[in-house]
Amino acid sequence: MVKELLTGNKATAYGAMLARAQVIPAYPITPQTTIVERIADLISEGRMEAKFVKVESEHSAMAAAVAACNTGARAFTATSSHGLALMHEVLMWAAGARTPVVVVNVNRAMGPPWSVWADHQDAMAERDTGIIQFWCENNQEILDTVIMAHKVAEDPDIMLPALINQDAFFLSHTSEPVDVPDQEMVDRFLPPFNPKEKLDVDDPKGFGSLVMPPQYMEFRAKMAKSMDMARDLIRKVDREWEELTGRSYGGMMDMYRCDDAEFILFGAGTMMSTAKDVVDDMRNEGRKVGIARLRILRPFPFEEVRYLADRVKAIGVMDRTYTFGQGGPLYNEVNAQLYNHTNPPFTKNYVIGVGGRDVIPRHIRSLFDDLEKVQENGYGEEGEIHWWGLLDGSTPKEEM
Amino acid sequence: MMAKLTIPEEELMSPGHMGCLGCGATQAMRYVLKAAGKRTILSIPACCWAVMPGVWPNTCLQVPELYTPFETTGASISGIRAALDALGQEDINVIGFAGDGGTADIGIQALSGTADREDDVLYIMYDNEAYMNTGIQRSGSTPLGTWTTTTPVGVKGDWEKSPKKNVTAIMAAHGIPYIATATTGYPEDLIRKVKKALSIKGTKFIQIFSPCPTGWKMDPALTVSITKEALSTRAFNLFEIENGVYRITMKPKKTPLKEYLMKQGRFRHMPDDLIAKVEAGLDTAYENLLHLEEFTQKKAGSSQ
Ligand SMILES: Cc1ncc(C[n+]2csc(CCOP(=O)(O)OP(=O)(O)O)c2C)c(N)n1
Ligand code: SF4
Ligand SMILES: [Mg+2]
Repeated sequence: MVKELLTGNKATAYGAMLARAQVIPAYPITPQTTIVERIADLISEGRMEAKFVKVESEHSAMAAAVAACNTGARAFTATSSHGLALMHEVLMWAAGARTPVVVVNVNRAMGPPWSVWADHQDAMAERDTGIIQFWCENNQEILDTVIMAHKVAEDPDIMLPALINQDAFFLSHTSEPVDVPDQEMVDRFLPPFNPKEKLDVDDPKGFGSLVMPPQYMEFRAKMAKSMDMARDLIRKVDREWEELTGRSYGGMMDMYRCDDAEFILFGAGTMMSTAKDVVDDMRNEGRKVGIARLRILRPFPFEEVRYLADRVKAIGVMDRTYTFGQGGPLYNEVNAQLYNHTNPPFTKNYVIGVGGRDVIPRHIRSLFDDLEKVQENGYGEEGEIHWWGLLDGSTPKEEM
Repeated sequence: MMAKLTIPEEELMSPGHMGCLGCGATQAMRYVLKAAGKRTILSIPACCWAVMPGVWPNTCLQVPELYTPFETTGASISGIRAALDALGQEDINVIGFAGDGGTADIGIQALSGTADREDDVLYIMYDNEAYMNTGIQRSGSTPLGTWTTTTPVGVKGDWEKSPKKNVTAIMAAHGIPYIATATTGYPEDLIRKVKKALSIKGTKFIQIFSPCPTGWKMDPALTVSITKEALSTRAFNLFEIENGVYRITMKPKKTPLKEYLMKQGRFRHMPDDLIAKVEAGLDTAYENLLHLEEFTQKKAGSSQ
């Protein structure tokens, strides 16, 4: 194992190299661009053996990746925001076709107005496609997850595509020391891709043909079952990875100092690293606070949410985007699990950091203060969903 | 003594497809597969041919077939070829088989990408001059004056207002090594062109004029003979472009366009002045083709 200083994008490229991706159709978009560039370099330096297909769009990137997978090759691609949105149709196709393409998405805001900064709308909008979703908070996690995601996605019981999320710039362009695992160890962990069914001229079959309503529903139920089965596999793969590297990402959810916590903040991405730091400080002050970081969005970690629900007084859900007309997406997801739960905790939604706005330690502390207050006294004037830090005065000035 | 067979005997398309009576597109597939043989992988987007092989788990095709979203045929065959290369599998034909809508309109971007990268694949556009699978709507390949459900005759005469899109010219602009047109009424010519295409490395493109009795409002019995009239009226021309050099592969004696049009309900509303306009356009296009042939052949000859 070697420690190297890597940006999130470089870590992504190394992950694809170590996973021995065989076909990589990709199209550049800020802030994903350096992934594509780095992969082109790795191939031309002879360090990586893969077919790099320089497609003319993300839609084609995903379509070529699916076809490559159907042919029996390990396929990888990367994109961001508008690119992911353009892939939408083919993400659904990849899931229905049961092709385990791994896609890294650099989370970026959707225009207009144009913005290239961190925001989670791109990935949240793909929740229903049938793609497994991993979320990362640092560059080590990105590299490790590319390898782990292939293992999960390609499992014969699963065979679904996977999306790996990393925050624009906070990770994509920020260097951190990253352990680069040995190829030989990765090879032991991740066997070559060898799907049971593939395009084969000696055993011709059709893939994705027309079905009638009675069969379609059966196919969908099988997808649903595989997605549900992925939970246990993700936990198992996380444990295996920990045995090999000493690194675990919490299986289905990353819980930080949650065991005896009364107040929890739940959210995704880099702002949760900041939040963990603040929790350390607040713990020293005797506050019973903890962080639950989203690791897997699909399949949703419902057992983990219910585990927390049995223990804590309140969960504040931080959303770095919004589902217009229906609250933050993670807030919806968490609340959906708590309905039907006996004695559910109090929940409140904090919409924060949208479009790359900084989320700094003071904000996290304010959210915990607010959460304790509203749990005691009920939602104030702001109600259940608070867009934190708007210029309209709805957030106390000293907390902005 | 038996006559020598001009068409390969091998059948890779079984009877029992779901196409309409007299469907030219089914003939196109049958002949393409005869030319390509067993070691072929097909990619098929949304189009009549996405339905014609049959309902899962049945298929009338005896080569591996991959269905792909409507606009992705180019990307899909590029992905298959890249995977075959990565896996070290050689001597396999990769063929995209798409309709005119999936090619001239929604899929042209992906196709352009494939051609630009010079990926080693054959792209077949079976051309029935409209979106038939969705019930006869106009496509870029629909000829001037045509009735379709989105170009109704009505009271205002809202028939198709622009001539057929010149897809071979678009492909020629990509500088790919082989482009051809063919039609189902001339299977030997079609098979020869497919075989030739598959013997060449790089991106190849063949447009196959494929009558559609259902969408053309035409007697299915005419599905073969109508192609002959399409050629003699210049409604469709047979040629190939090999490394930029044009060769017209059939130069039939000209017959009046009106006779061709009146056999098809989709044209029967056309007033004489419109027919004259269409005919003039087709004649000019044919003349241009003759000039291109002469010019490119001369140039190729003089550079040798
Ligand atoms: C993205 C998308 N838009 C629209 C459709 C609907 N659609 C399916 S086939 C088709 C027309 C196909 O026309 P063509 O390519 O000419 O093939 P044909 O049906 O005539 O054989 C359309 C519009 C689709 N499947 N996908
Ligand atoms: S609508 Fe036309 S192209 Fe489609 S199956 Fe029928 S005849 Fe063939
Ligand atoms: Mg058509």
